[in-house]
Amino acid sequence: MENAFGQPQSIVVLGGSSEIARAITKRLCAARAHTVILAGRNQQLLDAAASEAREFGASQVETVLFDAKDPSNAQRTVTESFAKVDGATDLVVIAVGLLGDQERDENDPALATEMAMVNFTWPVAALAAVRGLMVAQGSGRILVISSVAAIRVRRAKYLYGGAKAGLDRLCVGLADSLEGTGVTLQILRPGHVRSKMTAGAKEPPFATGVDQVADDVVKGLANRSRVIWSPPILRFLFGVLRHLPAPLWRKVTDEASR
Amino acid sequence: MSRSTLSGWGRTAPGVATVVSPTCDEEVAQALATSSGIIARGLGRSYGDAAQLSGGTVLSNLALVDQSAIDENGVISVGAGTSLDQLLAFSIPQGWFLPVTPGTRQVTIGGAVAADVHGKNHHVDGSFANHVLDMRLVTPDNSMTLSPSQDGELFWATMGGMGLTGVVSRVTLRMLKIETDQMLVDTDRFSNLDEVMNAMVTGDNAYQYSVAWVDCMSRGLSMGRAVLTRARHATRSDVDAGTLRAPRPTRLSVPCSAPNGLLNPLTIKAFNELWFRLSPRHQEEKPKSLSAFFHPLDGLRDWNRLYGPRGFVQYQFCVPEGAADTVRRVIEHLSSSGIASFLAVLKRFGPSNPGLLSFPMSGWTLALDLPVGSPSLPGLLDDLDEMVVSARGRVYLAKDARLRPEMARAMYPNLDEFLAVKDRVDPRHQLTSDLARRLHLVGT
Repeated sequence: MENAFGQPQSIVVLGGSSEIARAITKRLCAARAHTVILAGRNQQLLDAAASEAREFGASQVETVLFDAKDPSNAQRTVTESFAKVDGATDLVVIAVGLLGDQERDENDPALATEMAMVNFTWPVAALAAVRGLMVAQGSGRILVISSVAAIRVRRAKYLYGGAKAGLDRLCVGLADSLEGTGVTLQILRPGHVRSKMTAGAKEPPFATGVDQVADDVVKGLANRSRVIWSPPILRFLFGVLRHLPAPLWRKVTDEASR
Repeated sequence: MSRSTLSGWGRTAPGVATVVSPTCDEEVAQALATSSGIIARGLGRSYGDAAQLSGGTVLSNLALVDQSAIDENGVISVGAGTSLDQLLAFSIPQGWFLPVTPGTRQVTIGGAVAADVHGKNHHVDGSFANHVLDMRLVTPDNSMTLSPSQDGELFWATMGGMGLTGVVSRVTLRMLKIETDQMLVDTDRFSNLDEVMNAMVTGDNAYQYSVAWVDCMSRGLSMGRAVLTRARHATRSDVDAGTLRAPRPTRLSVPCSAPNGLLNPLTIKAFNELWFRLSPRHQEEKPKSLSAFFHPLDGLRDWNRLYGPRGFVQYQFCVPEGAADTVRRVIEHLSSSGIASFLAVLKRFGPSNPGLLSFPMSGWTLALDLPVGSPSLPGLLDDLDEMVVSARGRVYLAKDARLRPEMARAMYPNLDEFLAVKDRVDPRHQLTSDLARRLHLVGT
């Protein structure tokens, strides 16, 4: 059961080997998490994440393999992960995502579809499975990793940003639908996070690291914030950016990512 | 039967459960027979998750309210869903008061048993259990009357057992005779913690009731400055005694949740300062009403909403007689961290009773109200747990919302004995709560 500070004892992480997910898992294990189920597509990476979770205090850590390019496995992945938890699952983190290579993907229907699958369709399928299981528990949290890229999609990354935008908006509605069920959905909107996924890209202003993101998540869980911005200032920055006239928006974002 | 979102008084970690409200023992037994997981709940004044069970059944005891007359010895038998408020409204006009009352009248008799509540007179009169003659307990397979001599083992597992041995449906207790509805209160102000603790050690035994309010935000020389109030019931010769009146119903309330952060280090510091300055330096035998002395917070309904939607936690621990230094170190740690904490309640406990999970032990207890929100609070409380455990003390389960399972185990050395008794009457482990699951008292 989670405690008064939103610190869970049992967590399921879908996309458990992503760097942000690993940083969050470490923090939660150092607090109260003793059961950690990590689901992902690469056993080697999952094993590394698993031993890290143990190192930070988890006593039961297990892994589940799945490929987010195929939404038909979402139900199985979620059920299998929940079944490994003895008792209630306090927190599900949905950290599945693919940044892709926009220039390569944008004229290729198959690759463009894949971007939508991994960043939108698979998470939506998983959320449908998670929702039912958690509502039956009468308590629990869902943390969906979105992105500030979802708030205003920019041309250099529209396949990624567009899919995240769909997921983000869907989650706003899903969170409302959970009112009164005991289950809470929270949306994490990180800015540019220094990680393997973004290595080599030019760093825009307000870039952050995975550990700072994890800190903001821990705070957001305690505060029960509907949306967790990381760093928090992006909430105000994007409050302005989202209303910029399109030519100006293009100029600003091209500048930032050049 | 209805689905409701429930949380404790601290308004943290809510969960949804099916709520049933039986009106008699047979209906309680039926609810137990048909639920795989169930816990009783009274007025929801446990601070954490003791009276909730996410995804399970919560048995509201509020319809178990029939009561007998009070006999000439002050003995009364009341339904477990009766609130202390209801009982006092009935008993005070007849000249009887509760032998033990916590800081609020808004708890049920069943809740008072489950948490084995204590009051300002613990150092002389012990806790609630010490005044219970017998009770009815409904377990998944049976129902029985328990007393210290009639299955004393189960009686003492149930007293302070957080509702995990069964559903208490009726309690017989001995009330306290009072001549007036007034208290005579002595108040003293102390400019630091050592002074007030010394005064309590040397003077408490001369009073039936004693409690100190400590400012945990003052630092340096005035660290732990406090106001000590000690009192006795006024007799007819002390005051102009008219008819005895029950406490008036509360009119003031907090209408809705305040914004997060209304109670922050700045506002709380200002409040503590004001409160300290307004308290008399030294005052003797000041007559006060029963409710003004025992239940000042009952004057403001739903005051927990002041903490905003994030809620708050109460940290209450006790340490044995020789560990007064732990109290000092805890307050030091807290005041130097700058974490917002409302007036803390400091009190001396008398000897413990045989309750297996009963909280009080001979020594000191300190209770702190802390708003959720400061990122350093969870870690700070974990530090305090370490200090309390190494002093062989414990944290009060009725207040807890964040202990580690292994800490709870270390603090309650009779836990295994308790679980053996529980196993006997609840072999399928139906009685459980979010607290029990969080602390791994009964599986997860």
